[in-house]
Amino acid sequence: MDEILEILSNDARITAEEIAKLTQKSVDTVKKTIKKYEKNGTIIKYKTIINADLVRDSNSFVRAIIEVSVSPQKDAGFDHIAKRIYSFPEVTSCYLLSGAYDLLLVVEGENLQTVSNFIASKLSPMAHVRSTSTHFLLKKYKEDGQILKKKPQGKRLNISY
Amino acid sequence: MQVNISKRVEQLAPSGIRAFFDLVLNMKNVISLGVGEPDFITPWHIREAAIDSLDQGYTSYTSNKGMPELRKQICTFLKHRYGMSYDPEEETLITVGVSEGLDLVMRAILNPGNKVLVPEPAYVSYSPVVELAGGKTILLKTDITNQFKLTPQQIDKACVKGVKALMINYPCNPTGASYTKKELQAIAKIIKKHNLLVISDEVYDELTYEFDHTPFASLKGMKEHVIYFNGFSKAYAMTGFRIGWACGPSKIIAAMTKIHQYTMLCPSITGQIAAREALKNGFKSVHDMKNEYNRRRRFIVKALNDIGLECHSPEGAFYVFPSIKNTGETSMDFAQNLLKQKRVALVPGTAFGASCEGYVRISYASSYDNLKEAVTRMKEYLHGKKI
Repeated sequence: MDEILEILSNDARITAEEIAKLTQKSVDTVKKTIKKYEKNGTIIKYKTIINADLVRDSNSFVRAIIEVSVSPQKDAGFDHIAKRIYSFPEVTSCYLLSGAYDLLLVVEGENLQTVSNFIASKLSPMAHVRSTSTHFLLKKYKEDGQILKKKPQGKRLNISY
Repeated sequence: MQVNISKRVEQLAPSGIRAFFDLVLNMKNVISLGVGEPDFITPWHIREAAIDSLDQGYTSYTSNKGMPELRKQICTFLKHRYGMSYDPEEETLITVGVSEGLDLVMRAILNPGNKVLVPEPAYVSYSPVVELAGGKTILLKTDITNQFKLTPQQIDKACVKGVKALMINYPCNPTGASYTKKELQAIAKIIKKHNLLVISDEVYDELTYEFDHTPFASLKGMKEHVIYFNGFSKAYAMTGFRIGWACGPSKIIAAMTKIHQYTMLCPSITGQIAAREALKNGFKSVHDMKNEYNRRRRFIVKALNDIGLECHSPEGAFYVFPSIKNTGETSMDFAQNLLKQKRVALVPGTAFGASCEGYVRISYASSYDNLKEAVTRMKEYLHGKKI
């Protein structure tokens, strides 16, 4: 991976000037490269990883992982049905998988009721959806490569040879 | 009872900066650029292997030379990485860090009065291990004008009667200086000419940025002259595990093993098992850490020069050794004032030899945010002094 992307993937707020210092490239080159990545869709979005447990009342927020078996359609394969499903805002992630089922969804809602309602009234009855299997998520330990816990203080001495 | 301390120990130069270290250790809210170890925690797969070994009850002594599997792995690694051939049985010893190895080799090779060439600045233990073994050091001074590198001429000139060995450390703690293959070949000629042993401490080898690292022992005709030292502390961020190794001529390794078996017995088995995992699966983590250090290196060299401290660009390790001569202060005063006024800790150059007055060691094994903040504070400090 390009070093600029590597740096940005770890800190989206770092300035082009700083990246230039870290990579020994000119500020102009860094800016142009980032523009190029934004334009061609390599960089999709800059977002913040938030530990939701700390900001939301966990009683009013639930998340479910749903395995979905679907019947692929002639010519469109899985893409068409996947689009119908992932377009719901309740669906925060959607993956096509090999194995026992086809689509893996992450669905978020305010409570058990809203998520159940979405499954019962929107997802399951949908044409081409053959079956669903829902797992409610109990605790998040790690997300997108980040351990969702405050890092422990460094244990090094402040000075050594 | 009146106890007399041995003359040899009494004559060892005391560390003049002990008091400064105590001051730093007792102060709170300090940004420290004074640390001689990685700021990464040992990669999880290595820690996990250590935990697993305890779980399974690996808590015993090992062979004096170190676990046979680990020695074999090291020799295979050296073969693949650098094309060096060492026998895991006769030419390899696992030590408690490179530090133990340096002590062993000096005690193994020196007779009273033998002389050893030691570069200055150098890691703090170099002269003491020579003197504790009854040898004498001849200091070879390096400075910013030659990028802190020894020259073949300088070594040649220093080879008076009784000189038995040259200690060399590259990439170097405290300067970060390293040598290209060509530069090493030129030094090797002098080694041959005077039939010297080379004590080569290459513990920072994996942190070389500008060119590929060349082990001294891999140079043509040098294997029989070199005792090669390396370890897991720096590349794998495993300082606390205390595992290093020495490879060299079987006669010297056997002599070192003799001392090691009476004094150390063996390094901890937990550390050795962790080291095995590091060699087996650690390459990716080494690569990632090196990239991160390299970015910080570029940042710090430019930043220090920008705020008015002359700083050469080091080829390896995670140290820079800028000159603070234009402040008019001694290294110690600079370090103390910066600590007291701006809460930034670094190590006065004089810790690494008397001739290093006017320099300080800055370790960039610290987060980028810390480095930025430290540079800002140093800038303020220099502004206060109208520099």
